[in-house]
Amino acid sequence: MSSTVGAVPPPPAASPPSSAPLHRRRSYRLGRWDLKYSPYLYVAPFFVLFGVFGLFPVLYTVYVSLFDYELLSGTKEFAGLENYRVLMQDAQFWNAAYNTLGIFVLSTVPQLIVALMLANLLNRQMKARTLLRMGVVIPNITSVAAVGIIFALIFADRYGLINWLLGTVGFDPIAWRDNRFASWFAIAFMVDWRWTGYNALIYLGAMQAIPKDLYESASLDGASTWRQFWTITVPLIRPTILFTVIISTIGGFQIFTEPLMYGNGLVRGGVDHQFQTLAMYIYEKTFTGNSEYGYGSAMSWLLFMMIIIFALINFVLVRRSVKGDKK
Amino acid sequence: MSVMRRRLRIAAAAVLAAGVALGSAGCSKKDDEGSTGEGGQVKLVLQTFQNFGYDQAIKDFEAAHPNIKVEHQKMGELRDFQPKLVQWLAAGSGAGDVVGLEEGVLLGYVQNPDKFANLLDLGAGELKANFPEWKWNNAMTPDGKKLIGLGTDVGGLAMCYRKDLFQQAGLPTDRDEVSKRMSTWQDYVALGKQFKASGKVKAAWLDSATSLMQPYVMQNSETFFFDKDNKFIGDTNPVIRQTWDLGLQMAKDGLTAKTQRWSADWDGAFKNSAFATLPCPAWMTEGVIAPKSGPANSGKWDIATIPGGGGNWGGSYLAVPAQTKHPKEAYELAKYLTSKEGHLAAFKEAGAMPSDIAGLDDPAFKDKTSEYFSGAPTGKIFGESVKNMKPVFLGAKHQQVWETIFEPQMQAAERGRLSSDAAWKKAVDEAKKATS
Repeated sequence: MSSTVGAVPPPPAASPPSSAPLHRRRSYRLGRWDLKYSPYLYVAPFFVLFGVFGLFPVLYTVYVSLFDYELLSGTKEFAGLENYRVLMQDAQFWNAAYNTLGIFVLSTVPQLIVALMLANLLNRQMKARTLLRMGVVIPNITSVAAVGIIFALIFADRYGLINWLLGTVGFDPIAWRDNRFASWFAIAFMVDWRWTGYNALIYLGAMQAIPKDLYESASLDGASTWRQFWTITVPLIRPTILFTVIISTIGGFQIFTEPLMYGNGLVRGGVDHQFQTLAMYIYEKTFTGNSEYGYGSAMSWLLFMMIIIFALINFVLVRRSVKGDKK
Repeated sequence: MSVMRRRLRIAAAAVLAAGVALGSAGCSKKDDEGSTGEGGQVKLVLQTFQNFGYDQAIKDFEAAHPNIKVEHQKMGELRDFQPKLVQWLAAGSGAGDVVGLEEGVLLGYVQNPDKFANLLDLGAGELKANFPEWKWNNAMTPDGKKLIGLGTDVGGLAMCYRKDLFQQAGLPTDRDEVSKRMSTWQDYVALGKQFKASGKVKAAWLDSATSLMQPYVMQNSETFFFDKDNKFIGDTNPVIRQTWDLGLQMAKDGLTAKTQRWSADWDGAFKNSAFATLPCPAWMTEGVIAPKSGPANSGKWDIATIPGGGGNWGGSYLAVPAQTKHPKEAYELAKYLTSKEGHLAAFKEAGAMPSDIAGLDDPAFKDKTSEYFSGAPTGKIFGESVKNMKPVFLGAKHQQVWETIFEPQMQAAERGRLSSDAAWKKAVDEAKKATS
């Protein structure tokens, strides 16, 4: 636009030569700048804020992780990669990584599969469709802490609802906290209760973009609904599935509040740390005891790397197993 | 998915805060802190957690010191305040002129006292006689040269018991009689066995084997997990293993309800009347037992003296960070708030039990009774437990070693998840690692 405005300045008229063309030229230049740079200006607030509150802390964490840095005692000495070396041999860290991974798999796999099924059901013609569609996200808008408290009661060892139900039909109560797998299951259950509906809604959004005639011609060809689901729906929403897998990986690896509330608010995560997650262990080291910021920073970085690696692995795995349109 | 991210945000705050707080704390708080207002008025910032009950006391202090203005910042729960304070102290600015330190937190600072002013230099020496010896000593560095805090409230310790269950089991219910029948821990265990042998009650005798640990060790040893050089001696201090065995033996005999303190099951156990006795500090009576047991059990609880006579659980201190610009005025404020007047005002406002000896003897505290606990004279019972307590050296990491290592392992042994010896070994190994 600016080029049409200022591209061909009319030849200067005879008498007052100076001000008008100069003005023109300036507005021409401004217009070009406007076109060239204002988009950057519009997105700048995000990047400035991200830089201050995102990038800087992340980089500063790297810096801090190279120090033997304890807030309580005031020690701050350069330690090189010592924190990382200790970390490699820290059994409690790897135990936390194991727990985090276990809870992640136990929660995410069923979560996404159920969400997919749920979305498929919600995609049909039925009564009170909007109500049902909105209904599935209600768990998501409840506060995590509230969810944690309620589920800690449901899964309480002695006076819990589930153990009581088991008792009424003659089963032994389950040691919901002492048993590693039971504790993982309970925590995964909490996560799924909150996030299944959310993912279902995202899938639903993607499914609605699939042209209906694809299904029509498939049914004419005699494909069952099940077959249609796997060969039309799933491949066509593959990008969305990849998105949810990545996001779930990021969220799942940072799981903190659920296991914390589940363990009566103790960051220890069970007697043997049997459900202590990475985030909990980072918190334990960084904010309790000696406030070992250096070590905590090193762990945070490692967690960051792990999330990237696992997100990539999941991305590849899902892309392979869910075949999209081949080119 | 910002909500899911928020989960870690608490913990990621860990890491980010390291950067952000160090970067920003320096500028955020500075302007309003330590400023001298018009007319040479000094402004002090007081930071406390939970509810210290100082509203009235501060007004009185300001009235007596017209040149000082106090801004009281209530920082929420201890767990929110503590990490912030650690950062402010490390950053060299941001902390108040006077800060509240919970006992466990204070013990941690005694080992690294540089960030706090030495109250002895400010004239605190004259106050020593006002406090029970142990309360005073806890805030003193091991060499006895630096005092970093003045005592605010204390917990005291008594034995809360269910009168109605005692009656069903055919035990005495009168609190003086009960106190007499459980004057030692051996008597206490014997009475528990009688309680159970009656066969008339479903309830256990005690909530958890671990409840024995703090009072028993503090009465029978001069040290706990650490010697005076802050070296871990939990494995060699014979009294600790003795108490461990005593507690677990009670569990084996079926005398404990095996509930984990502060868990949902513990709450349920109160409502279901699952145990008959519980060692209780003053703050636990109206603050924990009454609400957890509910109005339906009002008048069923009563309070006897703790076996062995004395004890304490919990309590706080006021300290003056070294970064303050007005150490003198800050000390005056801390001194006033921990004086008899300050203590009694806090007691009136928040029920905080005084650690000031004169305050403990004041009728305003001493004549206090509790309706929920069958009219028990709480002021008298808890006051005596505090005065009868011997000084015990706890050490900087006491709280951490007890609450996050020994207590959970002992509970695991109690529930039968591990053998007593295996749990003991784990606790000792872990504690050694944490304190090395």
